[in-house]
Amino acid sequence: MSNDVPTDLKYTKSHEWVRMDDDGIATVGITDHAQELLGDLVFIELPEVGTELGAGAECAVVESVKAASDVYSPLTGEVVEVNEVLADAPETINQDAYEEGWIFRMRLAAPNELDALMDADSYAEHAESDEH
Amino acid sequence: MDKKTVLNATHRDMGARMVPFGGWDMPVNYGSQIEEHHAVRRDAGMFDVCHMTVVDLRGARVRPFLRHLLANDVDKLKTAGKALYSCMLQPDGGVIDDLIVYFVSDDWFRMVVNAATTDKDLAWIGEQAKGFEVAVEPRFDLGMVAVQGPQARAKAGPLLPADLREAAMALKPFSAATSGAWFVGRTGYTGEDGFEVMLPESDAPAFWRALAAAGVRPCGLGARDTLRLEAGMNLYGSDMDEGQSPLTSGLAWTVAFEPAEREFIGRAALEKQKAAGSLPRFIGLVLEGKGVLRGHQKLYDGEREVGEITSGGFSPTLDRSIAMARVNADAADILMVDIRGKRLPVHRVKMPFVRNGKACIEL
Repeated sequence: MSNDVPTDLKYTKSHEWVRMDDDGIATVGITDHAQELLGDLVFIELPEVGTELGAGAECAVVESVKAASDVYSPLTGEVVEVNEVLADAPETINQDAYEEGWIFRMRLAAPNELDALMDADSYAEHAESDEH
Repeated sequence: MDKKTVLNATHRDMGARMVPFGGWDMPVNYGSQIEEHHAVRRDAGMFDVCHMTVVDLRGARVRPFLRHLLANDVDKLKTAGKALYSCMLQPDGGVIDDLIVYFVSDDWFRMVVNAATTDKDLAWIGEQAKGFEVAVEPRFDLGMVAVQGPQARAKAGPLLPADLREAAMALKPFSAATSGAWFVGRTGYTGEDGFEVMLPESDAPAFWRALAAAGVRPCGLGARDTLRLEAGMNLYGSDMDEGQSPLTSGLAWTVAFEPAEREFIGRAALEKQKAAGSLPRFIGLVLEGKGVLRGHQKLYDGEREVGEITSGGFSPTLDRSIAMARVNADAADILMVDIRGKRLPVHRVKMPFVRNGKACIEL
């Protein structure tokens, strides 16, 4: 199984990705590997703007034809924007997990937490071992 | 180690995502479950159902045996080839399995039973058959492929053995034709027209590939589940089991109480249930807003818990979430479902939700 794993992103074990933008805000989504495991997505429960999240906190739910799966906040911070497109078109994540399929953006309270996340190589290895 | 059907390597070769399912290694999808679902509603799709078990029952007294064994009455089958859907019950009315039985000839009936229940089914049928001198023969040498959709028969027909083609194309719904080891029923589990084809295992991979070449889309168990849910067809183990009777599972229509003198297993228990009244209702539900209904979610009438969803999911045809549920007899028409701690409104509808490609309910 070979999934796309962009090298400019950071990753979590629970299959979220993080992109640090120039304005110091982080964009979060789920990986291509995760969407493939889930299958066709049919509903996304988005976090609310203004919510303060701790690293590892449950913050969204992605539901596929198969099952519901929690999305965990990779970092500590405040939700500043959510991808409203997903409310009507959850399949956007299946089609483009890393760009159009982003889930929310957050202002980081502790940017040094980024160092603890995986790089693309480590994540690719993790995703591989996750296959059964 | 999960069991593999004879089509296992073919699925892998054709890009299926495989998952463990009731002790079998089966395809859940070939990429997109929703596209597979639409292919069956609009054109033609196929399913590997080799994991299900064909059981032949032979003997001079096979008909009286089945009239005793099954809650539906095989005496409804007057002409050879006709099929009947029935539950097989415990003496207390609990459902051992649901099945299709075909009347092939006066001393030969054929059943198709669920995969996960095969062992207990065979043990039960064998035990009951003793007094009737009926031979119970599971046909593990046969595979089965379901070809379903408005174009299924047109696409599959030419690929059947030459001596079976004409008879298969002439079949009326819920009847079957056979030639040699091939057996074709105009039956299915999707709410669409189509065939279920039983064939020698060794013929199955070539038949599967020929169907694919003819434009029949390979589909996984995921689409099979959403199609049967839309069609309002029960799934054994989710919608009913040994702890429920047909009367509490939306299957009262499959129980033949007439003629009154037919003593089928479970009859006395069902009559007692009917007489007691106030049985739970088995209903269809539609979620009014966004979200996904799933099995075991609880249902509320005001603050009172009145039942739970037995199976639910997203309906690709309706673009809404739908479910089957068992609720108290006095539950209201509008209920609330608990999804992860939130209460969302659902309303009752008459099933099926979808038949022959068309919505049967008002949204």
